[in-house]
Order: sequence, then structure tokens, then C-alpha cells
Amino acid sequence: MKRIPLNLWLGGAISLLLVGSAILSRFWTPHDPVKMNILNRLKGPGDAGILGADQIGRDVFSLIMAGGWTSLGIAVTATVIGGSIGTLIGVSAAARRGLFEKATGWINSVLFAFPPILSAILLGALLGPGGMTSIIAIGVFMIPVFARVSRGAALQIWSRDYIKAARMAGKGQALITIEHVLPNISAQLLVQFAIQTGLGILAEAGLSFLGMGIAPPTPSWGRMLADAQTYISSAPHLVMAPGIAIALAVLGLNLLGDGLRDLTDPRRKQAS
Amino acid sequence: MNAASKYMRRAAGYLFVLLVTSFLIFVLIEAAPGDPAEIMLGTSAQPDTVAALRAELGLDRPMMVRYASWLGGVITGDLGNSYTYGTPVAELIGDRLAVTVPLTLLATLLAIGISLPLGVWAAARPGAVTDGVATIFSQFGIAVPNFWIGLLLILFVSLGLGWFPAGGFPGWGDDFGKAFSALILPAISLAIPQAAVLTRVTRAAVIEVTHEDFVRTARAKGLGRNRALWLHTVPNAMLPVVTMLGLQIPFLISGAVLVENVFTLPGIGTLAYQALSQRDLIVIQNVVLMFAIIVIIVNLIVDGLYAVLDPRLRTHK
Repeated sequence: MKRIPLNLWLGGAISLLLVGSAILSRFWTPHDPVKMNILNRLKGPGDAGILGADQIGRDVFSLIMAGGWTSLGIAVTATVIGGSIGTLIGVSAAARRGLFEKATGWINSVLFAFPPILSAILLGALLGPGGMTSIIAIGVFMIPVFARVSRGAALQIWSRDYIKAARMAGKGQALITIEHVLPNISAQLLVQFAIQTGLGILAEAGLSFLGMGIAPPTPSWGRMLADAQTYISSAPHLVMAPGIAIALAVLGLNLLGDGLRDLTDPRRKQAS
Repeated sequence: MNAASKYMRRAAGYLFVLLVTSFLIFVLIEAAPGDPAEIMLGTSAQPDTVAALRAELGLDRPMMVRYASWLGGVITGDLGNSYTYGTPVAELIGDRLAVTVPLTLLATLLAIGISLPLGVWAAARPGAVTDGVATIFSQFGIAVPNFWIGLLLILFVSLGLGWFPAGGFPGWGDDFGKAFSALILPAISLAIPQAAVLTRVTRAAVIEVTHEDFVRTARAKGLGRNRALWLHTVPNAMLPVVTMLGLQIPFLISGAVLVENVFTLPGIGTLAYQALSQRDLIVIQNVVLMFAIIVIIVNLIVDGLYAVLDPRLRTHK
């Protein structure tokens, strides 16, 4: 029986909390997260709910829960879409090699020049701000990341003897990729998925902080921080909760990714 | 093939990437709704005035001609005039770069200043307290958003202790010290996530090199532990660190957009952001291209540094 690494425990627990509270927020929050209650305006923790209330008296704790759904939803969607496209490019490049592989390399370097915020500024001009802009901007950035990881991992599988056997048995590239390559690189993809979802949450928070993300009144952590800055001297408590929520979510997903890597590939475990 | 021609080939490759990127940017901006002439003149303008302005701006020419003339302008430095400010875009970008370039350089220096000692100390004794501190720092530093660090610094350092300004930039002209101090908190916010990533990479790289034969030889010929570490191990571990520094540039740029916004600095990030809300498409187009050019130039520099850092790469292949 393998020992479960500490980072996997911790990361798993935090990620579970994140996913759990995000799903729970769809059915129950202590208060309605979008309901104003002007009497509670800017009240501190304890005076109105355990984390206080914001500038229009919304319950911060409920907003954090509901904001988690927004962040996670956008980050996961972007990572799934960008990750699938990237993986498709990566495994095809590994299978076909040659000019096709070179071309995908160039595409990757073009895409890599566009960090999410830059793509969002470009896309914002085209589509306007919103959840869709966030998903595309973040997803585009995921493509080269997954393409690189999956190509590297797939190339290793292609050099194995059982692939040679499969080829001699007359199987084509597509079939070998589906039957042998993808199952064997799935662990690495899963690790990457956890880490990139964390980065996606970070990017989503940045976009909604700038007002380029999902539109209000949908609660989002980045938007909460933008609002908090306006009231930073009169209600400093508003700055804390959303920031901690973002950091904890990203930390949890990173630890989960690292832990899964240590578990599935002990050789790559960092010396410690 | 010798190193120089290999490098030239690579540079040509990047130039091609840049060309594709610029076309992509052009097409996306082209597809964006809103006619620049109408935006400039307002909705009440007469159709023939709009048409006249379109002709003056050259917007009535075919798309590929306009793309070519834009590229020509990029090379000669004539980027056209901003739709909202009316001033030349090149001038606008130049003014803003005077804030963003010092900011990002300061942040990079800070990040190296934190991560190099921290990563090396952590690697010197894996599992020791210093290693634990470095690991915790890098895990948290990667997870914490830089704009939140900025808000915390404003709250505790600027408002709490009254040490540095909470925002704004007085300009370099009047008082250098005042201008510099306005960049300190933003640079720290930008540096911490960078430092976290670099600490992690430095630690891993140093640990790997520690096991190399030449380090053992250095120790065997009587070199002290620290001298062997700093003279032999660390210089040879710099390759992955420099690579990571290059890979982080896109994040540094997007971080700057956020941090400039938090501290209301008149940098290139705020310019891009304002241009988006004012639909100043020509500014967006040029700023985004400039970012792409910076990313690619840095990549090219990093490639060149490889040869300096690792002489083996000069002769092999």
C-alpha cells in the first residue's frame, strides 16, 4: 500500500472544500448572495454574518460561496476546452511528426505570446466583457500548455516496444493514439488539469477584478476585491475574504496536482 | 551548422511568428464592432463627414493594403493617432513605457534578489528549516494573486504605516526619489509571485547540479562547502532559472496590467485597459502587438543567453 503524500492530502481536502462549497452554493447559502440589505452596509465580521457585509449590505460569506461557483465554473470550462484542443494538437504532433509537428510548434509559440489578460483585452474589443470572453481568453492560454505536455508525454510512449508491436499488427496512428497513448498519458494530463485549473481561477479573478470578467450581479471573487478597494479605508475587512478564498483555491489545486504527480510518477518527485 | 547561423535561423523563425501574430491581431480588431470614424465623430455626425474622415484615415482602402500600411508604420514608428486622445499612438506608448519598463525591471530584480538566495539556501540542505520556509513561500507565492498583494500593501504599509504612496505617479521630471518610491509597492506586488516560481526552479536546479561529478571533484580537491556551492553549483544551475525567467514574461506583463490598475499608475497596462473601455481600437491593436514583440524579443535574448551560460550549447549540434 502506497503512502498518500502530504500535499495530496492537503490539496485534496482544500479542493474538495472548494468544489463542495461551490456546488452547495447552488442550493443553499446563509443569505441570498445577491440580496441587498442597506442596513448592514459595510458592517464588520460578526455584526452582520461571520464575514461582514459589503457596500450594499450583501452577506460576504454567501458571496464567497457563490463566487466560488463562478470562479470554478469558468476555470474548469476553460481548462477542459483549452486542454482538449491542446491535447489533440499535442498527441497528433507526436503521432505524425515531421512538418505537422513543426507547424504545431509555431502555433504554440504564437499562442504563448498571449497571456489571458492580453487576449481578454483583444477579445473584449470583439465580444465585450463577460463570462464567454473570460472562458475563451483563459482557454486559449491553456492550448499551448497542454499541447507541450501531451506531445512530450506522447513521444515517450511512441518509443516503447508495445507501440512497435501495435504498428506491426497493422494499427493506424489514430487507433494507437486512442488505445495506447492517451490512456498512458492520462495521469500526466490529470496533474496538469489540476494545476491549470488553479491558474485559471487566478486568471478569472484578475479579469473580473478589471471588470472584464463575468458581469455583475453574478458574484465573483475578483469583482469583490475591486469593490473592496473603493472602501479600503472604511471597511478593510472586505479586502481579506476574497483574497484568501482565491489563494486557498489555487494553493489547494496546486498541491493536488503536485501530490498526484508524486503518487503517479515517483521518479519526478522533487528531491526532499 | 555553427551557432551564429543557428541563432539567425531562430531569429527568422520568431520574425515569422511575429508576422502571423500581427495578422491575427489585425483581423481580430478588424472584426470588432464599431467604426473608428463614427466613434470619433459621435452618433450625430453626417454620413458624408464620416465618409470624409474614413477616407482621411485611409479606412476605405482594402483590408490587406491597410494591414501592409500598418506593418510599414510599425517599422517606421508611425502608428497613427489615438481615436480618443488625438495624439500619436507611438508617443502615447512611449510615455507609458517610462512607467511600465522601470516597474517590471524593478520587480524582476526584486524577484531575483529574493529567489536566488532563498532557492540556493533551500537546496543546500534539503529537508532543513530553510528548505521548509522556501517551499511554503513558493507554494503560497504562486497561489496569491498579485493585485491582492497590492491591496494588502496599500492597506497595511501605505494606509497603516504611511510609508509609501497608495497610488498615482508624479512623473520622472520633478523628483526622482518621489517617482521611484511610487513604484516600490507595485514592484513588490509584482515580484512576489515571480519570486515564488523562481525559488522553486532555483531549488530544483541547484539540487540536481549538486550531484554532478564536477561538484564532487571541487569538494574533493578541498574547496569549502559554500565556495563549491556558489562557484561551481550555482552558476551551472542557472540555465533552467533563465529559461523560467523568459517563460514568466507573459505573466509579468499581464501582472503589470493588474498592478498598475491597483496603484493607478499611468503605465502601458492602464493604457490598454482604458483603450478597451473607450473602444480606442488603434491603441489596443498597437499595444497588444507591442506586448507580443516584447515576449518574442525576450525569448530571443533567453535563447542567446543559453550559449553564454552553457558553452556546451555553442559547439554541439
